[in-house]
Amino acid sequence: MVTEKDVEHIAELADIGINTGELDTFTHQFNAILDYFDVLDLVNGDTTISRDLINTMREDVVEPSLPREEVLKNAAAQEDGFIKAPRVM
Amino acid sequence: MESHELTFEPDDRYNAFLAVCKKAPYGKGKLSGIAVAVKDNISTRGIETTCASKILKGYIPPYDAHAVELLRHAGAAIVGKTNMDEFGMGTTTENSAFGPTLNPCDTGRVPGGSSGGSAAAVAGNMVRMALGTDTGGSIRCPAAFCGIVGMKPTYGRVSRYGLIAYANSLEQIGPMARNVSDVSSLLQVIAGKDRHDSTTYDRPYTHTPVSGIKGLKIGLPQEYFGEGVDPRVAGVVKNAIGRLEELGATTVSCSIPSMKFALAAYYVTCACEASSNLARFDGVRYGPGADSKKSWHESFKEVRRAGFGAEVRRRIMLGTFALSSGYYGKYYAKAQVARENVKADFARIFSEVDLIAGPTMPSIAFKLGEKSDPLSMYLSDILTVPANLAGIPAISVPCGKVDTMPVGLQIMGRHFDDERVIDAAYAYEQAVN
Amino acid sequence: MAEDQVIVGLEVHCQLDTKSKLFCGCSTDYRDDGPNTHVCPVCLGLPGAMPSINKRSIEYAMKVAKALNCTVLHESEFSRKNYFYPDLDKAYQITQYDKPLAEGGYLEIESDEGGERRIQLTRIHVEEDPGRLVHMGNAERGKYSLVDYNRAGIPLIEIVSEPDMRSPKEARKFLNKLRATLEYLNVFDSDKEGSLRVDANISIKGNERVEVKNITSYKGVEKALTYEVTRQKNLIRRGQQIERETRHFIESTGITQSSRSKEQEHDYRYFPEPDLRPMQVQSWVDGIVLPELPDARRERFISQYGCSLNHARTLTGELKLANFFETVVAADPKELSALAATWIADTLIGELNYRGMSLDRVDAAGITELMGILRNGTITDKSGIEVLRVMLDQRLNNEPVETPAAIITRLNLGKTTGDNTAIISAIEEAITENPKALEDYRAGKGGALNFLVGQVMKKTRGKADPGELNRMLVEALKKREA
Repeated sequence: MVTEKDVEHIAELADIGINTGELDTFTHQFNAILDYFDVLDLVNGDTTISRDLINTMREDVVEPSLPREEVLKNAAAQEDGFIKAPRVM
Repeated sequence: MESHELTFEPDDRYNAFLAVCKKAPYGKGKLSGIAVAVKDNISTRGIETTCASKILKGYIPPYDAHAVELLRHAGAAIVGKTNMDEFGMGTTTENSAFGPTLNPCDTGRVPGGSSGGSAAAVAGNMVRMALGTDTGGSIRCPAAFCGIVGMKPTYGRVSRYGLIAYANSLEQIGPMARNVSDVSSLLQVIAGKDRHDSTTYDRPYTHTPVSGIKGLKIGLPQEYFGEGVDPRVAGVVKNAIGRLEELGATTVSCSIPSMKFALAAYYVTCACEASSNLARFDGVRYGPGADSKKSWHESFKEVRRAGFGAEVRRRIMLGTFALSSGYYGKYYAKAQVARENVKADFARIFSEVDLIAGPTMPSIAFKLGEKSDPLSMYLSDILTVPANLAGIPAISVPCGKVDTMPVGLQIMGRHFDDERVIDAAYAYEQAVN
Repeated sequence: MAEDQVIVGLEVHCQLDTKSKLFCGCSTDYRDDGPNTHVCPVCLGLPGAMPSINKRSIEYAMKVAKALNCTVLHESEFSRKNYFYPDLDKAYQITQYDKPLAEGGYLEIESDEGGERRIQLTRIHVEEDPGRLVHMGNAERGKYSLVDYNRAGIPLIEIVSEPDMRSPKEARKFLNKLRATLEYLNVFDSDKEGSLRVDANISIKGNERVEVKNITSYKGVEKALTYEVTRQKNLIRRGQQIERETRHFIESTGITQSSRSKEQEHDYRYFPEPDLRPMQVQSWVDGIVLPELPDARRERFISQYGCSLNHARTLTGELKLANFFETVVAADPKELSALAATWIADTLIGELNYRGMSLDRVDAAGITELMGILRNGTITDKSGIEVLRVMLDQRLNNEPVETPAAIITRLNLGKTTGDNTAIISAIEEAITENPKALEDYRAGKGGALNFLVGQVMKKTRGKADPGELNRMLVEALKKREA
């Protein structure tokens, strides 16, 4: 059973905005879904995961990078070749 | 290379397309000049690719997905990007930020999802073929609902490079068309190992379908015909299987006990992977920009709140929760064990049968707005997710109607037995047409 | 263990010197180029792009694992570490979590008491570097960040030690030894800016531990930890509790600062990277041929060249220095080794440090020639230093560098053997000018002789051989007595 407070906490952890109007619905839906997930408690043991494809690697070979205009093309803001982002401090 | 141009101006009354290339270049090759629609979660160089999400509005990839590159090499004309449930999260194509796609068979109903736009474009005769993606049934469901053929290849047979990841360990790009031959031709072009996708196998597909099902043993899982499946749908599918028997196949009843937790394992896995995959949409490198006056976390949160629809945020939060400290063992780790159980069940059954058959979906296409509760929508994926969990090939081929709406026959095969799956579907299709 | 015993554990991140990045083909050689010029869909985290493992990164990491006596695990895999920061293009770092490449192992260092100490290692894993953030703006006009993704995806190994070090000095020795080992393995270039970064855990026995992040230089480690030891001991002395926290080292001021604002709760939600396949590379270990490592080379320098332990340790402590020494003495190891060991380990390193000059700029042939001249005894040690300084200064100032012989001739530094008249007259002058010294000498005061030697040296501008001068001076004084 998760509470509205739990859902707010999860939203915080996920760094995802949640509208106050949604909280009640989300909590309700969360509980229904998590109840359904409880069926996983029936799964026994820790079967080893099967491995049929291992060590897929590439050689250390340099390949062309993107032209800088292609790199910056989709960015909302840029400055002197850098991509601009909000302040982190 | 692409020296020709195809004029493409469809009457898109079903809202199948998010972007259309009115002058679609094409070149020489196996698919020369054939109009192919591409689901909008597959990267196309120079063509806006949004995953039907506001968060990617305006994003123009500087590169082609591997499958798209192969299409272009084969001469196909990429005529547009098709509508879908946002990031593939849905079974109806109603979760698109740009409005739902309608089912060409009945515009009051959904086309299924999440590759609903591709299915509608094919079923509505706007294109001959389309690429879809299938994470838990997203190709087969709309194929069944719209009355076309759609296939999820064996996991690792088609490169996912350029497919905007929703649930990496489950999804595959696959072909959709009005008949099995076209599905097969499209698979020929897109299958094969790709050095950019470490999960691909060196298993090219060079097969041409042959109508041969004689002597094959088909398993019929009781779970595919029991509780939760519309008896009318089950009836139509049983009749279709009767046709396969007439063609010389034998059938045997079987059971997939792990199906009781398959859907939970599926949703836990895809929510976990999605919560990580979708965190990169921060408005910095692409997508509508972040508010530069805000601090990073405030801005990040705001971009995601405004950019993602409710279902996407719900799954991100579910996945975040299921991976968080203290819950990983209960959810993610358990889901992986459950997956192994599903694989083991299929391996056991396939040691005795050549194919498994049943309905693709438990019902016909829903009415628009019918599935408003998320859990009830999740439950409708129950017959398609097992193939994704096990990584095996599965096809949906039209096999009759209920209430004038199409019903899909689902045929699953062993790993890399895509050829046999295609042949069985082809045999059925040839017999009924 | 003493009551206030210092306990240090290190997490060292080193960039592996591969040609291309860890998960894509972009070149790692980005330092001279503008921002965002070495990026592609993969390392820019574009939607749909997928990683593929650079085999050489794994081979390099395994080389390190073998050299550090670690056990390469039967199966290892990459995981996602989820956190949100603008320099982290995918919003997760592909790293290794519960299945690292290798575990265990150790590195031997010289302990503070002089013997060898074994520092146990916990694990070695491979991961990608994030991009680089530049903080811009100010409070009035608004702050923002600029991101350069050139560094994103550079292969790193993280080497985690057990809390086995007992002082900041030992931590520095550990790092130096680690650097030397990585250089000998030819997997790491310590000259590249930012190629090594350290997080340190430090505590005083019986107290909470503090994590110090953001140490980006070898000297910084000792500085940061010394600061922390003082800070923590002072707190304890005042009866205060040490808080378990993360602190940042500020290189410019040499202090650590609490990163108080916990912007968000850290729950990295690790899970296996679904786009990569597991690795089973244990069997590769046998095929790895290790080069001679620092310890072996040190022992060889002692046995082959007769170096003292200290000289051998210094000379083999850096790959370039060890190679330089061997190049210098190659022509005549028997005659030059002892002299070159002292001159390189003691004099040359000091002169280079004084000038902030790299060994790369020193011409080994010139040093070989100088050693030969010194060996022949045709100049004094003092003149030798002068010649060396001239050579280094010429190189530093990008002037044409003269040979030692040319410098000796130009500055007239040749020892005045054979013709002693100049020295004899200088001695006579010195004695005559300093009657007090003569008196003192006669009175048996030892300092007088040294004083007179100094006077003569001044008059001959250092060219006189000190031993010879001493002998001649004593002779002259004896004559006066008679």
